[in-house]
Amino acid sequence: MLEIANLSVTLPSRRGPLHVLRRIDLSMAKGQIHGLIGESGCGKTMTAMALLGLLPEGAVVAADRFRFDGDEVAGRVKTLRGRRIALISQDPAAALNPVLTIGRQMDDVIRSHHALPRPERQAKAVDILAATGLPDPQNLLRRYPHQLSGGMQQRVVIAQALATGADFLIADEPTTALDVTVGAQVLRLLRDLVASRGLTVLMITHDMDVVAETCDRATVLYAGISVEEGPVGALLDHPRHPYTQALLAALPDAAPHGARLAAVEGSIPPPTETLPGCAFAARCPHATAACAAPPPLRNAGGQSWSCHLELP
Amino acid sequence: MGLGRYLLRRLALSALVVLGVTFLVFVAAQVVPSDPAALYAGPRPTAAQIEKARAELHLDAPLPERFASFAVAMASGDFGVSYKSRRPIAQDLRAYLPATLELAAVSTLLALIIGIPAGAMSAARRGSWFDRAGGFGAIAAVAMPTFFLAMLLQAIFAQSLGLLPLSGRLSREIAISAPLETVTGFTLIDAVLAGRFDVLRDAAAHLILPALTLAAYPAGIAMRLTRSAMIEILGRRHILAVRALGLSPARILFGHALPNAICPALTILGLSFAYALTGAVLVEIIFAWPGLGRYVSEAVLSKDFPVIAAATFVVTLCYVAMNLVLDLVQALLDPRVALQ
Repeated sequence: MLEIANLSVTLPSRRGPLHVLRRIDLSMAKGQIHGLIGESGCGKTMTAMALLGLLPEGAVVAADRFRFDGDEVAGRVKTLRGRRIALISQDPAAALNPVLTIGRQMDDVIRSHHALPRPERQAKAVDILAATGLPDPQNLLRRYPHQLSGGMQQRVVIAQALATGADFLIADEPTTALDVTVGAQVLRLLRDLVASRGLTVLMITHDMDVVAETCDRATVLYAGISVEEGPVGALLDHPRHPYTQALLAALPDAAPHGARLAAVEGSIPPPTETLPGCAFAARCPHATAACAAPPPLRNAGGQSWSCHLELP
Repeated sequence: MGLGRYLLRRLALSALVVLGVTFLVFVAAQVVPSDPAALYAGPRPTAAQIEKARAELHLDAPLPERFASFAVAMASGDFGVSYKSRRPIAQDLRAYLPATLELAAVSTLLALIIGIPAGAMSAARRGSWFDRAGGFGAIAAVAMPTFFLAMLLQAIFAQSLGLLPLSGRLSREIAISAPLETVTGFTLIDAVLAGRFDVLRDAAAHLILPALTLAAYPAGIAMRLTRSAMIEILGRRHILAVRALGLSPARILFGHALPNAICPALTILGLSFAYALTGAVLVEIIFAWPGLGRYVSEAVLSKDFPVIAAATFVVTLCYVAMNLVLDLVQALLDPRVALQ
């Protein structure tokens, strides 16, 4: 469905070029939920913006391959926005317009992509809202976002993405702003929609529980580089890249009760730096002199990762 | 719904404002160092004449009683007689107020349809030539003295190009040979009511220059306010969200961002409308517009207190009505307003 090889995005700034994405490889099959994992600032949202053609002005995009549904789309990603690719925005309270009714916000999306007369558009809006599990959608059309709970707002945001008719959805931290139980319901809804409507979803998150619960495969990002990719089970049980290992070890669940939580020492290299070698070398406990050179791509058990280390 | 209760509350507050202004006007009339009876009695009055005038005006009654009769008279539209011209004030107001309201309404409308879209587009294309030209235009419009702009417009459109009439409210040919029957006092409306489209065109042509002159300041302010509010709103997440859903830039700008950003500009336009009711003296003089501003400023100069009181009362009513309309519009635009 989506095949990206060696994608890089550079933004101009007063302090020189910012390498916000350095080497992203991303390959997704139709009908799958693919996780995009990493700390804040690692390039998750920037990857989403590149897929939507919504990068800031002046951004320089380069990629060896940028294929969507079999076609090379580099340079015309914009044309897919809303037609094939749509965003499920994070923080639903902020993602809905506070002064427009739900009905108006649904209708504006529908009529941007479907030439239908008004009554049919309204029926479609009601159908889609109902499909996201919202009760009494007819009445909901007249309501404003502040009259809804966070979970309902998130469902409306999902309904908007569905209303575009796009079959590839980018879910940007869809549960971060929600209570745990409500978040779980939203994830279940997303999984059901993927199954029933044949959608493909890129799930951006920093929450390993979300990845474990919903994703088929996942990619780990570090400093704008995809460092490891693989099936979720293998990735979480046997992380191969030292960064993935450190990330998982830093989870509160991983620490024995009462012990200090592990943290990854140091910080992400700033985007102003060019990184010819391994980006994680400076923080890596296994780093050697070899790490100054670009790391080779390794494959084992369906996982692939780029690292100088031989398999332990 | 909270909207009905919200409006009711605003209405009650407005009534209090009107009562308060009435009281202040009455108090001011007592404090001003001039004797209304002496003024009323005419030039060089004798003591006996002044006493007679005092009795005629009931100035010797106790204060509370006088305030009560003053308030009742104001409320019933009986504004009394001008000290100076001895004409009934209500009759004067009926002639001047529609002319002023017409000019203020058209100029506010112009400011609205120029300032707000221009501000929105400047925000959308920040740093472009349109934004720069708009910014310069807005500053020029705000900074230029009204009388200078008025004469500039007259020189260009009336004298050089001859496109528009220099001044007045209707052409002399129409006013003399085929006068318009006065129904509402608003020339535009009366012309439509009478089916006189020649008069409608003539009246509209006379309105353009004074309305433009008056619109310049509020349009400039509205543009800058809309621009800065829009820049903030365009950075909000819900705007990114609709962009990521593939909505067209025009629909995002005017359909989604503008309703969030329009309220400051609307407030300013409402206030400038109210200001134009009496504050447009220079424009009225330059364009020979028979409006309230000139009438009131003459009354102020001759300490013609009943006229000042009546005009203050009427303008307060217009002000309060305008604010109610603004409250309603803002509550309709942003449902959260009514909840606060």
